[in-house]
Parts: sequence; structure tokens; C-alpha cells
Amino acid sequence: MNANDEKKQVIIRNIEYLLTSSPYAENDTAASDLFSDTISELFSYHLKSSELYRNIIQGLSGSQITTTPETLADLPFLPVNLFKELDLKSSPTDQIVKTMTSSGTSGQVSKIYLDKDTARYQGKVLNSIVSSFIGNKRIPLLVIDSEKTVKDRNYFSARTAAIQGFSLFGKKPAFALNDDFTLNEAVVRDFFEQYSSGPYFVFGFTALVYFNFLHILKERNLSFKSNQGTLIHGGGWKKLQDQAVSNEQFKAFTQDTTGIQKVHNYYGMVEQTGSIFFECEEGHLHCSKYSDVYIRRADFSLCEPGEAGLIQVLSLLPLSYPGFNLLTEDMGEITSMDNCPCGRSGKTFKVHGRAKRAAIRGCSDVQY
Amino acid sequence: MSTSDKYIDAFVEAFELEDRKEAEVLEYQSIENWDSVGHMTLISELEDAFDISMETDDIVEFSSFLVGKEILKKYDIAV
Ligand SMILES: [Zn+2]
Repeated sequence: MNANDEKKQVIIRNIEYLLTSSPYAENDTAASDLFSDTISELFSYHLKSSELYRNIIQGLSGSQITTTPETLADLPFLPVNLFKELDLKSSPTDQIVKTMTSSGTSGQVSKIYLDKDTARYQGKVLNSIVSSFIGNKRIPLLVIDSEKTVKDRNYFSARTAAIQGFSLFGKKPAFALNDDFTLNEAVVRDFFEQYSSGPYFVFGFTALVYFNFLHILKERNLSFKSNQGTLIHGGGWKKLQDQAVSNEQFKAFTQDTTGIQKVHNYYGMVEQTGSIFFECEEGHLHCSKYSDVYIRRADFSLCEPGEAGLIQVLSLLPLSYPGFNLLTEDMGEITSMDNCPCGRSGKTFKVHGRAKRAAIRGCSDVQY
Repeated sequence: MSTSDKYIDAFVEAFELEDRKEAEVLEYQSIENWDSVGHMTLISELEDAFDISMETDDIVEFSSFLVGKEILKKYDIAV
């Protein structure tokens, strides 16, 4: 085993260690030290494993690269868009078992290369985070999507990955939408008839849940009265933002049409699958022991809590590609540093939505 | 049918194996069909075959034919 393989094993051991306890540390400085150490390890691991990454970082930071800066915030980060332009990977091609893709608005496609270990820990960490909210028993699952989205193994999109990931918690998932994304009323009626008296959960991408499910239920005057369920949704507010739908309105609408009171949004991206930011009962998106966020101004300096800026995300899970420290194109703000009323420790934040082009132009102009 | 046969059958069905002997050496992602999609298919096959309901922690730990045998012991199934 060479030195770099050993580094990878250290990173994996650290993740394994974190997996032995709750995903939200309770004022656990040991866990946050371990997070910092592991991010530093990831940084030097990827510098050694990917020449392209090394060149980019060199371009960003001038001639000398400091792998042990004073704080994590000082480590260089990549604009998330770079995965649309470059094939970034840190594992040899013969170890890549899956390529995830996500298409952006510009039509360019991000490609994320997964090796066995990365795929495995994505699943484990997702399980740790989500089961801490809904338990580790599998319960009936209604997916607000069409079955065709998960059928095609060769085109592995962000939605496919999310549905696959969450179907861990659901037995024999039912799909609420037809292949053309119209509502399959019969499936939905059957589902609520059979399962609405016990715990169940509904999962889908935010826009599909809103426009292709809740709205259609309302249009057709269908409503269900079942408060035993949990709705989990993610994937972005862009389309709802255009219609000025707030998180509170989304929740109220969900309760009106389905009876579901427990609604959790999550923030995540295909570049950091697994270590998602989950919304707690208080409506705040939480960092877990596997992730962190910073909010930055246009000149990349750090925002104060409550001040809006670009969201930067860190994750311990990207091993086979250098996606552990990314500047997104989303705007947000820190809502609390360590004192969310729900009792979980760690930073919480709010996502405002996509940044205006001008705000991120600077970051996409990276020279490499 | 013996428990062991049922166990192997689940792999044969889930991953469309041609030869039952292939099953014993399999690991997650060691063949194309044992990807994340195939994984959930395998779990469904096992749950049906043994009439059990597995916990999510066990599903994410189920990383190979051999590890799976250990996990099933928790459900009182000795393969
Ligand atoms: Zn909270």
C-alpha cells in the first residue's frame, strides 16, 4: 500500500468512527476536530491523486499550497460548475463503478465518478442522517416521480440517485407519476387507502411534489386526511421561487391536501451525495458531522451569521473525485452556529435560492 | 428447499446469474448488476424468501454474500 492509499484508509477509518454515533454531535469537539482533520486529509489526498485538481489549486493559490491552514475556511474551494466542464477524478478509471450526472440550466452536464468506497459511504451516511429522523424500520414509500426515472441504469441522474438512496427506507416503493409525469390517481388512492393509518413516507423532488402532485390533488379536488406520514423533498426551489412559494406555504399546502404534518426539506447536490443537509422540526437546515457550510460575499470573504451570500459546502464523502469543498451557485445565510431550538448541535442555515449570474461570474473565471 | 438454497436463489434472481456457483464470491459493485438498483432488488428477494423485514442499517452493511450471512443471523436465519 502506498502512502496515498494509506491516506484514503485514514479518511475511511474516520468516517467509520463517526458512523458509530449520532450524525449530529452534541457539542462534541472531538467530532469537529475529526472533521477538520479529515478535510485536510482529503485535500492532500486529492492533490496527490488528481493532477488536474492539483493544477487548478495551484492556479488558484499561486505557487505554494498550504495543506494545513489555520482554519478550514482558508482551504481553497472549487466552483461547483467545474464538474460540468472537466472530468475530475481521483481514482483510476478501472475502479470507477458508477458515473452520476446532473444537467444544469446551461445544458452542460456534471459528471461525478464513484468508486466502490465512495458509493458505499454515501449510502451509509444517508442512512445515518435520515434514520435519525424517521427511524431505521422500512415503511411504505410513495415516490413522487415516474418509475422510468429509476429504471435506466445507464443514465444515472441526480433524481435517480436520490430516489435510489431514499428507497432504502421504503418497502416496494409506489410511483405516483406516469411516464409522462402526469398523476397516476389510482396508485395514489391505493397507497393512501392501504397505508395512511400507519407510518409511511412520501419522497420526491420539490418541484415535482409541488406542481405534479399537490397542485393536481387540489385541482382534482382530491384530499387525504392522514397525519401519519412524513414528506421528504429536495432538489431545489428554483421553480417554486419563480412563483414565490415559501417553505411555510409549501408545508401548509401539503397539510391541506394530504394531511401530512411532518415535512422535511433537504439541501444536497449530486456532487456531494449522501451528506445531505436535512431540515429539522424547527425549519432549519442542519450540518451533520459529515458536512459543513460557509457563506461568502462576492469578494469571497466570510459573511456574518444572518448575512446573505454564496453557499460553500464541505463533505467528508467524496473520495473518488475532488468534490469535498465546493462553492455553489446558491445564496443562503447562517441561521445559528450551535444553538438550534431542536437540540441538535452544529451550524444551521437557510437557502434563498439561485444566485444572480453576476454574483458568481467571478468564481467561474478560474484559470487552469 | 434448504435455507442455503433460498439464500443463493435470491442472488441468482436479483442479479440474473447463469451459474449458482457465482453467488458465493459476490460483493457489492463487484458485478454490474450488483449496483445500488440491484442491491434493493436483492434485499426485496431476501425479505420475500425469508419473510423478514430488514432494518436500514443492515441493508447498508450488506456488502457481500458472506457478510450477508452474518447479517441474516440477526433475523434468526442460519444460512
Ligand atoms: Zn434544528
